[in-house]
Amino acid sequence: MSFSSDDIKNVAHLARLHVSDENADKLGADITNILTLVDQLQAVDTQGVEPMAHPMDAVQILRADDVTETNQRDKYQACAPETEEGLYLVPRVIE
Amino acid sequence: MLDKSIKELSQGLKNGDFSSVELTQTYLDRIAKLDARFNSYISVSSDAALTAAKEADTRIAAGDASIWTGIPYAHKDVFCTEGLRTTCGSKMLENFVPPYSATVTSQFDRAGAICLGKTNMDEFAMGSSNENSFFGKVVNPWSSSNDLVPGGSSGGSAAAVAARLAPVATGTDTGGSIRQPASFCGITGLKPTYGRVSRFGMIAYASSLDQGGPMARTAEDAALMLQVMAGHDPKDSTSIKHDVPDYSAGLNNSLQGLKIGLPKEFFNEHLDSSIQAVMQTAMKELEKLGATFKEVSLPNIGLGIPAYYVIAPAECSANLSRFDGVRYGHRCEQPEDLMDLYKRSRSEGFGNEVQRRILIGAYALSAGYYDAYYRKAMQVRRLIKNDYVAAFEDVDVILSPTTPSTAFGIGAKGDDPVKMYLEDIYTITANLAGLPGISVPAGIIDGLPIGLQLTGNYFDEARILNVAHQYQSQTDWHLKAPGNID
Amino acid sequence: MQWETVIGLEVHVQLATKSKIFSGSSTAFGAEPNTQASAVDLALPGTLPVPNEQAFRYAILFGLAINADINKRSVFERKNYFYPDLPKGYQTTQLDEPIVGPGVVDIELSDGSSKSVRIHHAHLEEDAGKSLHEDFHGMSGIDLNRAGTPLIEIVSEPDMRNSEEAVAFAKKLHGIVTSLGICDGEMSQGSMRFDVNISVRPKGQEEYGTRTETKNLNSFKFMERAIKLEVERQIDVIEDGGTIRQETRLYDADKDFSRAMRSKEEANDYRYFPCPDLLPVVFDDSYIEAIRKEMPELPDARKQRFVESYALSDYDASILAADAATASYFETAQAVSSDAKLSANWVMGELSGRLNSEELSIAQSPVEAKAMGELVLRVKDGTISSSGAKKVFNTLWESEGKSVDQIIDANGLKQVSDTGALEAIVDEVLANMADQIAQYQEADDKKRKKLMGGFMGPLMKASKGQGNPKLFNEILQRKLNN
Repeated sequence: MSFSSDDIKNVAHLARLHVSDENADKLGADITNILTLVDQLQAVDTQGVEPMAHPMDAVQILRADDVTETNQRDKYQACAPETEEGLYLVPRVIE
Repeated sequence: MLDKSIKELSQGLKNGDFSSVELTQTYLDRIAKLDARFNSYISVSSDAALTAAKEADTRIAAGDASIWTGIPYAHKDVFCTEGLRTTCGSKMLENFVPPYSATVTSQFDRAGAICLGKTNMDEFAMGSSNENSFFGKVVNPWSSSNDLVPGGSSGGSAAAVAARLAPVATGTDTGGSIRQPASFCGITGLKPTYGRVSRFGMIAYASSLDQGGPMARTAEDAALMLQVMAGHDPKDSTSIKHDVPDYSAGLNNSLQGLKIGLPKEFFNEHLDSSIQAVMQTAMKELEKLGATFKEVSLPNIGLGIPAYYVIAPAECSANLSRFDGVRYGHRCEQPEDLMDLYKRSRSEGFGNEVQRRILIGAYALSAGYYDAYYRKAMQVRRLIKNDYVAAFEDVDVILSPTTPSTAFGIGAKGDDPVKMYLEDIYTITANLAGLPGISVPAGIIDGLPIGLQLTGNYFDEARILNVAHQYQSQTDWHLKAPGNID
Repeated sequence: MQWETVIGLEVHVQLATKSKIFSGSSTAFGAEPNTQASAVDLALPGTLPVPNEQAFRYAILFGLAINADINKRSVFERKNYFYPDLPKGYQTTQLDEPIVGPGVVDIELSDGSSKSVRIHHAHLEEDAGKSLHEDFHGMSGIDLNRAGTPLIEIVSEPDMRNSEEAVAFAKKLHGIVTSLGICDGEMSQGSMRFDVNISVRPKGQEEYGTRTETKNLNSFKFMERAIKLEVERQIDVIEDGGTIRQETRLYDADKDFSRAMRSKEEANDYRYFPCPDLLPVVFDDSYIEAIRKEMPELPDARKQRFVESYALSDYDASILAADAATASYFETAQAVSSDAKLSANWVMGELSGRLNSEELSIAQSPVEAKAMGELVLRVKDGTISSSGAKKVFNTLWESEGKSVDQIIDANGLKQVSDTGALEAIVDEVLANMADQIAQYQEADDKKRKKLMGGFMGPLMKASKGQGNPKLFNEILQRKLNN
């Protein structure tokens, strides 16, 4: 199937990526090629096959309810682009 | 000193033939002198390495040393290192200094190894040529005119080991990212069973496929590395509780009676004839060691690449959402509003291939396409696993080429991503199935190394290391170094 | 036209675990911003989640309490969307395989009838952080302390038909989760938050109307108000020939109106898929049965016990038994006072009124249950009058640390119950009230009752408010009726 530049823009918006008009066509062509490769899957009969999310059939090990973390705000915020009064700052959030 | 094994280096340190500071300095000097050509390191950690080497020397003198104490290694820049910049090959993390260390990092620290620096890689481990790094492409040390790729995504690690800029290096493998560069650079690279090595602190590309592993010159060194890296980590829910054997103990086991499977889907008319010849020669060696061969069939193996290019992008599209310019990483200048902050930070911070995969993944998971793409790919994934499970009922290991060719030229795959994706045809299914695989140097074609791949059953790393070591005891491909690395 | 309202609820319940659902950070409320946000909570690159067993135990306990199916295998999925309070860019939640399957909650209504509300499922998920909108040079501040707090989201079927039912259901859930001890029930701190799905349809029509979702209501009062407003709005829109848009709305309690949320204007495509960082969670029967054995008393059983053990009315018992904190308060007070009815009156009357007016929960009451019991005891044994008791209550409310008896002494609130002394006062007062006595004695029984008050006032005054009114009354009756 082919991937139009509108498709690209919709998906890019979902993924919060900016795609310029000049890039959209090239990206659309690339992704069309990739989807053509991927479309080989459609020919496979997978009826009754349980989807496999993990390579191992293991089950989750759960953690005991203990507080093991301490306040390391200064350390963690040392790599933050913008903070004030211990808060991460972002352009105004409108709910 | 540069060609010594880890065991020999360790013995040399204990004997006082050289100190860890001298050893470390030797590598740091080589990196300073030669890496402008290879670009295998993104960050070199000279001061911290020398400080750690001094401490190691004290411990060695005090008789308080493990085999790794004072041994330098290079660390793929996908593993978080507290206090040392970790970029994942991306502009997004150009200035990211992690406030914590990956489990694998801590394991090498605890073993006493010395981190020389962080190696170059395809951005977020997406790529098969190392051309996708924000920090520039890596040059394969085997290329006489600096025009060949080292493979990827662990291309910096492979190049560093091949060029003797580190005795060993860590790598990660999501679709072949350890084994393919190992093949291209003439070294030994092992992707362990999924869940064998902790992923905590290893920046995720595709969580259900990613696995860290050793890159070394020999299977013997790889076994020692795996010993450090393997084990259950309570911080990684997908790491598996399974006993860790002594990986070195069985290296010298005889191969008498070993049954090696040859997938008929790989050994066919599409296989390059020179690689076919390399495989034939290697099989003769293995036969001499007592192994027998049997054709096996992996009927769904051809679907590996299509399945992978749904599953890996889908996982990555979510894994990379955390890079939003809010808590760390690249943030665009003067965002107009929240949407602008997100879109510009991410588009400026991520390179083309990363953005492409995020888009494919978001698309494959989006409303109306999930069943046709994601669910279908997960079903095919099971079919592929079932093929392997059936094959391992008949054979102990599976032999195949690692790569469809020797190292290709920089820029040779042009800008068609699909061409690049096909590079991983022999390696990708081990990731989908979660099986361990090792690439071992097996020949030189037109002056370039080429590897063979041994895929093992679940948690059977000791066996493929044993086969690789036995093979290396009879051959010298792994001892060959690129011509011009001084 | 006659309209019928259809309501379904999605209830977010913060679980009372010590640590978060996927990290070892504390969940304590009220800490300095981002001091309880670990590397995992901040989604630092490379970090991975490890689930908290207690969150599962609590979810299972809830499921068992509503007779739901417990799914022995449950799976976490990623719900993808970008928001600054969501550090990973996805919420880890459950979708196709939640921990708790279908169940049912019975509610009682004011007309004495009851109704069953079906639960579609309840799933575990992580809470988001908070965006603080006060002005940081035109920017918002993000606090991620709450990010990763375990939640169960309880999703009801659209079985409710008016705000009373919805509120009764919400209160019932509050009672269940607090009785189970899996949630502190502190609504003002966001421990329980309600999303209300509302639609209207012409009465008799089977098909549902288009619904809206009013999000994040954190009090029963707001919920009731928001439902009424939204139902009126929808009916107005339809009767004016318009159509209802499926949208997410926000109720502003200060302005008492609701509006569509701007951040939810575009249709979302959450791209759910199984979280590859987490494995399926699997429990066996014996694990679930062991949890069943720990099941504490639930509101319905407790109500029955209150009726039987304390001879309370159905109504009083249902109110006092509704949630664990109220029930325990009442039982402590009644144990100290040995008077269930009087304790019930005080808890449901004076205490509840004061808590409501000051918007406090019973757990935050400045008057502790034991003190309340002592107060009731002193009313019961006649030490203080009911008006004196109110003074004691007010003093207890305002000044901590003093005992009931100390307050009675310090304020001279002790009643005089010495009949000799009281009789002397009565004689003295009556000596100056010949006219009123004559009037009384000429009156019929009905009128006499009214006239009694005219004697009580001077008596209380003469005793400086300390005479036991009950005894005064007895003495008066005896003297006047002779």
